[in-house]
Amino acid sequence: MKNILQSIYFYLDTRFKLSDLIQFAKKKKVPEHKHSFWYYFGGICLFLFILQVLTGILLLLYYTPSVDSAHESIQFIMSQVKFGWLMRSVHSWSANILIAAIFIHMFSSFFLKAYRSPRELTWITGFFLLLIFLAFGFSGYLLPWNELSFFATRIGSDIAGTLPLIGNHIKTFILGGTDVTGATISRFFWLHIGILPLLTVMILGIHVLLVQILGMSKPIGIPENKVKEVPFFPNFILKDSLGWMLILALIGVLCVFFPWEIGQKADPFAATPIGIKPEWYFTFMFSTLKIIPAHIFSIEGEMIAIFGFMIGGLLWMLVPFLDRNAAKERRSPVFSFIGWVVLLYIVVMTAVTYLLPGL
Amino acid sequence: MKARKMRKIINLLSIFFLAISIFSLSLYAQKNSCVECHQELEDELLAPVEAFKIDIHQQFGLSCADCHGGNPAEEDIDLAKDKTFKGAPQRFRIPEFCASCHSDSRYMRRFNPRIRVDQLDIYWTSKHGQLLKKGDTKVALCTDCHAAHGIQAATHPKSWTFPWNIPQTCSRCHSDTNYMKDYKIPTKQWDDYKDSVHAHALFEKKDLSAPVCNDCHGNHGATPPEVTSIAYICRQCHPSAGELFSQSPHKKAFDEMELSECEACHGNHKILPPSDEMLGTGEKAVCIQCHEPDSEPYQIASRIKEKLDAFIKKIRHAESLLEQADRQGVEVSEPKFMLTEANSTLIFVRNLTHSFSLMEIEEKIEEGKKVVAEVTNAGEAALREAKFRKTGLIIATCFIFLLSIALFLKIKQITKKTPNESP
Repeated sequence: MKNILQSIYFYLDTRFKLSDLIQFAKKKKVPEHKHSFWYYFGGICLFLFILQVLTGILLLLYYTPSVDSAHESIQFIMSQVKFGWLMRSVHSWSANILIAAIFIHMFSSFFLKAYRSPRELTWITGFFLLLIFLAFGFSGYLLPWNELSFFATRIGSDIAGTLPLIGNHIKTFILGGTDVTGATISRFFWLHIGILPLLTVMILGIHVLLVQILGMSKPIGIPENKVKEVPFFPNFILKDSLGWMLILALIGVLCVFFPWEIGQKADPFAATPIGIKPEWYFTFMFSTLKIIPAHIFSIEGEMIAIFGFMIGGLLWMLVPFLDRNAAKERRSPVFSFIGWVVLLYIVVMTAVTYLLPGL
Repeated sequence: MKARKMRKIINLLSIFFLAISIFSLSLYAQKNSCVECHQELEDELLAPVEAFKIDIHQQFGLSCADCHGGNPAEEDIDLAKDKTFKGAPQRFRIPEFCASCHSDSRYMRRFNPRIRVDQLDIYWTSKHGQLLKKGDTKVALCTDCHAAHGIQAATHPKSWTFPWNIPQTCSRCHSDTNYMKDYKIPTKQWDDYKDSVHAHALFEKKDLSAPVCNDCHGNHGATPPEVTSIAYICRQCHPSAGELFSQSPHKKAFDEMELSECEACHGNHKILPPSDEMLGTGEKAVCIQCHEPDSEPYQIASRIKEKLDAFIKKIRHAESLLEQADRQGVEVSEPKFMLTEANSTLIFVRNLTHSFSLMEIEEKIEEGKKVVAEVTNAGEAALREAKFRKTGLIIATCFIFLLSIALFLKIKQITKKTPNESP
């Protein structure tokens, strides 16, 4: 038996240079300090993404992307397919936890200044991954073709339509027409299962590769003697696995006690229901658009807000190049302060959407 | 040359004077001295001017003189009240006063070709009209229901004759005990109607098809319906129940006893929402009004109620199973949809009780029971599924926690083994 295994290993090693990889893994060290806890969110994001892929593939076996059968196929998955309810609930819950984990991972990297040289590209690829997963969320939300998702998509695309000059073109491109129709569901479906996964694999590949090549960043200001190094295999990976197990248990509890709802089938001719809102991770932008004055210096308020978010996003992405102090391994309290303001803004505006729905 | 010039001047002057005359005439024609004078007056002499602003006649271009005669173009009151002036009609003449136009089909066609012109003829057949002919001027006339000067189309929500205003319009007289004391008829119809299922539909649900006074009593020809005609009135909206009743043994018995069909069990103005308690032999059952405890119909009534109650109980049980499963997160929209079929059968059975045929009712209930049984099975299966999920979760969570503990111990072990290295 041992001989057979050795033969297989030898066969693979000759072709894939496995021993080099094993040597690399054996030598790989991870810094350990008082902020190490936040490192594990990267691994959690990866684990949740794998869950997304697996459950998504299973859902694909039964889901039909058309106006007439999308909602019905979800109903079928939830009621008739063996463990269909589990697959869909795991997919939906893990998608939401994934977005939350990405935000935590991003803000922890921001506050630990992990973006500083030479890890600028790791930060930028991470930022793109955030955008991609938000697009995953936006496109996936419509696929069950229920009342909430239908009107939220309509409102979301209307917001895009308010942009000057290109707004209407963007809206038409997103929707495949002037309104949310069968063309939209078809586009969103292919975006969700084709284009976005392809982009994710490419960018995530670069992101993970960069993490492997450059290693994990050590926070600024922690004395060298307070930073220890532990082997990546097995120490770090075992701790990572422990986190994954706990997340899996949490998802299991959520799926059994709060299975993801199907909702009422969308009726394009019905009036927009009161209190319609997008998925929670878009609500801070949604609330901003709601409370911003109609006009500021005779410019449309909505347009200013959209440009604000676009410029804010761009600056956020370019932080590694703007924070010169961090690049020189010096503390940068101004950027930490900006980070806290942004975080507070997102939390408050998200809470406002749910606590003051009539705003 | 001079003569031609003169002719030109004369022509120009003629055109000028003609224009002046036409302008003056138009001003004269537009003048309405009735409004001008009455606007300066007070109370009941001012009221017509104010009310007429929203009057439908004004919207069709009619004015005071079209009803009251006279010459509104004259400023002088004596000249304005010329020989065509009719003034306000005496109360007993009002129906004919209005009918002078409203019964003239040729005249009415100019404004509304679809409007009826037989109101006066019908009015004389009404209780109001008959009493008026006898000289009783207290009875309702055109102006009592339509107003005198603020008349609005019956389709206007603020009109006195719009469906949700009619009960109040009629009750102005009919609920006034003092006003009605000479007629010796009840005055609590409006109070009764307010509690009825019809009033609920009209005022709460804003269902304009719900019957009001005139739907059962008529409007221009308003009379109390005769005992024999009540059933036909109800059948206007409830044909199925009426047809079942007509085919039932009760029809003959009611006719012989001269009982008003629907009204005998459901009442008249205070028609409450029908309940299952009206069936059977309980305290609130209407069957016991006529049937003796030892009679066969009494037994049938009791059986019908038993069957119906049992069916309802089964539906409620199935409903509660689905609700429990739904609360536990199991998808049950399909059995829920099936349950609507069972509820439809229940509605059908409730209507079928008007046939008083135990056999037909049993047959229909059996059909419904099959559907309920399917729903119940689906509900029980859904609950089993919920239990299975919870059990599965407990096993999976235990396994995950055991694995986590093992991982934790392993981590502890290798942390001890691996000396921490400083870079």
